[in-house]
Amino acid sequence: MTRYLVRRLVFLLVSLALASIVLFVLLRMLPGDPANALTSVGASPEQIAAARHSIGSDRPLPQQFAHWIGQLAGGDLGTSFVSSLPVGPEVAQRLNVTVPLTLSAFVLAVLIAVPAGFLAAYKRHTWYGALLNGVSQLGIAVPVFWLGMILIAVFALNAGWLPSGGFPQDGWDAPGDAISSLVLPVVTVALVMSASLIRYVRSAALDVLGSEYLRTARALGSSFGRAMWRHGLRNAAVPVISVLGIELASTLLGAVVVESVYALPGLGSLLATGIAQHDYPVIQGVLFVSTLAVLLIGFAADLVQRIVDPRLRGRLSGGGVR
Amino acid sequence: MKLRKKPLSAGVLTLALAVTLAACGGGAHGGGAANGAYDKNATVNIGSLYEPQNLDNTAGGGQGVTEALNGNVYEGLFRLTDAGKVEKLLAQDYKVSGDGLTYTFTLRDGVTFHSGKKLTSQDVKYSLEKVLAKDSQSARKADLEVVKDIATPDAKTVRVTLSKKSVSFVYNLSYVWVINSQAKELKTTEDGTGPYKLNKWTRGSALSLDRFAGYWGDAAKNKQVVFHYYKDATALNNALLTNGVDVVTSEQSPDALDQFKSQRNYKVNDGNSTTKLLLAFNDKAKPFTDVKVRQAVSAAIDDKKLLDSVWGGYGKLIGSMVPPTDPWYEDLTKVNAYDVDKAKKLLAEAGYAKGFSFTLDTPNYDPHPTVATFIKSQLAKVGITVEINTITPDQWYTKVYKNHDFTATLQEHVNDRDLVWYGNPDFYWGYDDKQVQNWIEQAERASTTDEQTELLKKANRKTAEDAASDWLYLYPQIVVANSKLSGYPVNGLNSQFFAYNIEKR
Repeated sequence: MTRYLVRRLVFLLVSLALASIVLFVLLRMLPGDPANALTSVGASPEQIAAARHSIGSDRPLPQQFAHWIGQLAGGDLGTSFVSSLPVGPEVAQRLNVTVPLTLSAFVLAVLIAVPAGFLAAYKRHTWYGALLNGVSQLGIAVPVFWLGMILIAVFALNAGWLPSGGFPQDGWDAPGDAISSLVLPVVTVALVMSASLIRYVRSAALDVLGSEYLRTARALGSSFGRAMWRHGLRNAAVPVISVLGIELASTLLGAVVVESVYALPGLGSLLATGIAQHDYPVIQGVLFVSTLAVLLIGFAADLVQRIVDPRLRGRLSGGGVR
Repeated sequence: MKLRKKPLSAGVLTLALAVTLAACGGGAHGGGAANGAYDKNATVNIGSLYEPQNLDNTAGGGQGVTEALNGNVYEGLFRLTDAGKVEKLLAQDYKVSGDGLTYTFTLRDGVTFHSGKKLTSQDVKYSLEKVLAKDSQSARKADLEVVKDIATPDAKTVRVTLSKKSVSFVYNLSYVWVINSQAKELKTTEDGTGPYKLNKWTRGSALSLDRFAGYWGDAAKNKQVVFHYYKDATALNNALLTNGVDVVTSEQSPDALDQFKSQRNYKVNDGNSTTKLLLAFNDKAKPFTDVKVRQAVSAAIDDKKLLDSVWGGYGKLIGSMVPPTDPWYEDLTKVNAYDVDKAKKLLAEAGYAKGFSFTLDTPNYDPHPTVATFIKSQLAKVGITVEINTITPDQWYTKVYKNHDFTATLQEHVNDRDLVWYGNPDFYWGYDDKQVQNWIEQAERASTTDEQTELLKKANRKTAEDAASDWLYLYPQIVVANSKLSGYPVNGLNSQFFAYNIEKR
């Protein structure tokens, strides 16, 4: 196991290094000059050159890259071109919104999807089993922003129960306000996420329900509940966990949409602003942190799978997760 | 999903070469009804789409920092009121020497910074030097470069010597914040003299200001104001509907206004902005080198119909570069007014009886694509074919603004007093008229504002007659507020939003 962990960590670091190179190069390939965002009409060529110099975009790319990597190694995400304020604290502050949002939505989605998916499989011949299946299919087609707008219209504009958006200025120092402003966004993300999860849980449950080991366990006198608990759940969990990892990662990255609808000061909205302003240090900072998070999630999913399924323990990358 | 577009208007075109001291306009007047007692300890929640980049207006703070801090946290020697008038603020009095080159300012007594330090002439000198510094990104830097010397004979007196006469000097000073010369960390903190001090700025979310107990003038009429920042206009309007905010500083689309107009709880204020939408010809590119062609195109487009379709009854027709809040405004909508027959006649005279075809470089964000389509259909009626070429703000800046590589383009120009760009033959639209250049130059060297106003009126009339550009319309400045509120500014001049007179019931 130790050997596995070490190898997995090396793999993680190499991925991160590769990702940072790709990130840096792709950004520099975008058309446009970040100095344009800094200078105003009437700016002389000297002023534009001065702006380029002050943000360092006039230096050769390898040098800029080395500078960035050097900063990263020291735990510094650099300084924004536009605001000339450090990126690190900004990203940290945004994580205060995005991480609780993503994790709560994830937990809620699992709480909805696992029972619902199992029910949809177990009761697939009844009307409500079929209904669950149909609703989840429909749910996959619903865009996050549309669901968000509907929930705002119903619960904020008409009923007035919850705020329509925003996040308290005092953040988590005002826990009541912070929680109430996250309720609708969390529900929005959780519903959309659970729609696709239900389908995975259902198909995993169907496999288990039709399996020979379950029939054998039942034949040996185990009750249905006990057989499901001892054998069914473990077997069904393996494919579901890998999907969960991917879902969690994509929710983190997809936060830009829900944050825009609910006017939340999260990582996604920071990224959107950064892109609009050609603010490379901000974009790099956000994407670097997200990449790290995605890799860690993959790692965690892998680890959990190996704990759940002893058959995977001899292999490096686990049950098909990346 | 609609992310906030990158506003060229706010980002790139924020610089105006301002020319003079305003002579017109009444006192500052606010929106909303004022009756009944108001709550002196109210918190006013203001919704805005323009978050500051940082809190320093000489370090690229942007439009948002002006909106939140100008007049509220920082004050200048002079103030530009919502009606466009320049008033004395931290200057108690000033004298101009006979040759117009020396300005002697006497500072107001009893002014203290939020840190508790007393205001002295050293602070004024420091603040002016900060705007003029090498690394200053202030939009007013170029205008203030006439400053040759700043002397401080005593703690109450500042004497500024100019290298040449500049009638707009006092007006330009209304953009210069007086900052404590010992203040540090101005990108995230402040030390001004205004009626509010900064409580807290949470980037990406909100900025709150508290009433300053030691203010030299009348105390603010509310205890706290909080600017809440939104990226999405729908989310902002929802916040107004759910009392998340009390007032929206500037609505950018008419779509949402009906829901507020139909309710008694809200007031929709239709103020005068200074943002003009231009069909800018390249006056150095064929066929727009010919005055008659430019006049024909201007006459062939029904501006009123366009304004109605984009803004649904809001906004104004202008007919020139000068908005009503500039002192040299006059109604020039009759010049090159909509007249299809005249347009056809002019085209025939210019030798384009059968029309011609040109490419219109169109920025890819609202309202430009809609406007381009409208222009295309209007010009088709006089035989002109328009090829619409959609470009990003960045491409616009490089292709059109820097390289002058275009035939015609659409662009919004946000600033007040920006007629003066027509006096610069190297500006992107390439309008080159010696007489207009002379008038504009003389206007800045004028001794009185009346003289300046007369000269600029002449210049404006000439550019309008020459159809130097086609000024399609003036944007409305729409402030929507809860009817509990009164005393807020309605014109949003220079993106300012003075909060100290806001009364909340």
